[in-house]
Amino acid sequence: MTHKDRYDVVVIGSGPGGLAAAIAAKQNGAQDVLIIERDIEPGGILLQCIHNGFGMETFKEDLPGPSYAQRFIDQAMQAKVEFLLDTMVLEITRDKRILASSRKHGFLEIQAKSVILAMGCRERTRAQVRLPGTRPAGVYTAGTAQRWVNVEGYMPGKNFVILGSGDIGMIMARRLTFEGAKVERVLEVMPYLSGLTRNYVQCLMDYDIELQLKHTVKNIIGKNRVEAIESVAVDDKWAPIPGTEEIIPCDTLLLSVGLIPENELSRQAGVIIDPITAGPFVDDGFQTNIPGIFSAGNVVHVYDLVDWVSEAGLIAGKAAAVLAQKGKLDETPTIPVKAADNVRYVVPQALHPDHLADGPIPLQMRVTKPIEKPVWVEVRSGEELIARKAEPYARPGEMVTVTLKPEHLDKVKASSELRIAVVER
Amino acid sequence: MPTITEKIICTTCPKGCTLEVTRDGKTVVSVINNGCKRGVDYAGQEISDPRRMVASSVRITGALHTLMPVHTSAPFPKPRIPELLKLLREVEVKAPVTVNQIVIENALGTGIDIKTSRTMEKLPA
Repeated sequence: MTHKDRYDVVVIGSGPGGLAAAIAAKQNGAQDVLIIERDIEPGGILLQCIHNGFGMETFKEDLPGPSYAQRFIDQAMQAKVEFLLDTMVLEITRDKRILASSRKHGFLEIQAKSVILAMGCRERTRAQVRLPGTRPAGVYTAGTAQRWVNVEGYMPGKNFVILGSGDIGMIMARRLTFEGAKVERVLEVMPYLSGLTRNYVQCLMDYDIELQLKHTVKNIIGKNRVEAIESVAVDDKWAPIPGTEEIIPCDTLLLSVGLIPENELSRQAGVIIDPITAGPFVDDGFQTNIPGIFSAGNVVHVYDLVDWVSEAGLIAGKAAAVLAQKGKLDETPTIPVKAADNVRYVVPQALHPDHLADGPIPLQMRVTKPIEKPVWVEVRSGEELIARKAEPYARPGEMVTVTLKPEHLDKVKASSELRIAVVER
Repeated sequence: MPTITEKIICTTCPKGCTLEVTRDGKTVVSVINNGCKRGVDYAGQEISDPRRMVASSVRITGALHTLMPVHTSAPFPKPRIPELLKLLREVEVKAPVTVNQIVIENALGTGIDIKTSRTMEKLPA
């Protein structure tokens, strides 16, 4: 495909966040929109997530990952979004110049009016969770194994132990069982499951795969290949309890121990990263601290559902298109949105009160501690309650949303900062 | 026949209530600890005819990849999943393939079809 060297909107990444952002940018008047993708085809990580469970919110259907991606790819094609595939972005500058390279086109320099960062996230690796032991072959992240088994057609081993009860780990436990492997154990250091209950039932219980909470890997054993792992029970402070060690023979250890937004390009460009979310500080249009650089999806914070990633992409794409057309910045004031009682973080971290006149603004957060009782999600300005929403419970693993509506405009405009809390009802 | 009481985790919503279900054979006698009435329906279905969506892959030739992801058109009877997986190992499709193309019609006589999960173009030879 031929491409130009100037675009209204350039999106980095063609996963669900990037696809939705590109489509929304086109729909909101951007003349030309380009997606740059490092893989050889669009779709991102959804292409390897062949299990069902996607799209219940967006399409009211239970779709496999590739089918969900396909709908957005088709929409993007229809909207005449352009793609540069097999192309690696090397650098993004403050003035929105994009430097990239590809086998086909060589070195590329592209100028955008708006850039949307949609690079998604990466899995935490062995080094990041500091697992002791030798360094044999056979220690992989769950997502790497997922790519091999579902896309490339390789089985990474025969007998597995999975560390971490995240969704990808549990889904891989079932998938490997389907393909004839034996999953000996799933270990979780926390006292509770880190993925969805549905996945515990349908991926582990259904196939009699044992889950041990408050357990971790004490040692990886093996010279050239993993031969066993030594597991150990931990106390409430994650300290190993002596005497509880167990040797579990296996040839592969999979890690499903969390995701980190991938912001190397963002940092290089001067985008300021929130240390808690590991993603950019954003406003209600997902604009970063650099005017004209937006971000969408898991690059901002790790979502529970792909449907919410798409929704965030639509918001970012619209804001990016509006800026690209107007050519001048939104100079309406912003106010900070802060995490208060039992809230770990809130996205966006700031908002333009005036934007409430145009439509609702969702605020998304994660709680610090689980509350297994009915709660209020409260938005306050000083002591004054502006909005609140009831939830039956609140858990750190499940994102909570409260939406500010146009009717809150006057109160929000009058406040100097918003504070969000999740408290017992 | 004596009644049996067992614990079943409801997967209707993310809350995941642990239902205590008392049953007489495949008939539900009572359900407690359900957060809402959907738990009762879930218990009934799970005890009489548990079903799951199944997603796996089949071989594909002439395409970008060697595997084509596929899925069941509706939740599939759980006890017959191993049989279905065995059947899928025998299947091979040829590119090009479009999303939701039927790979196996009426799989194992269940009335449920096996469909492709994505589009895959034919690679130029």
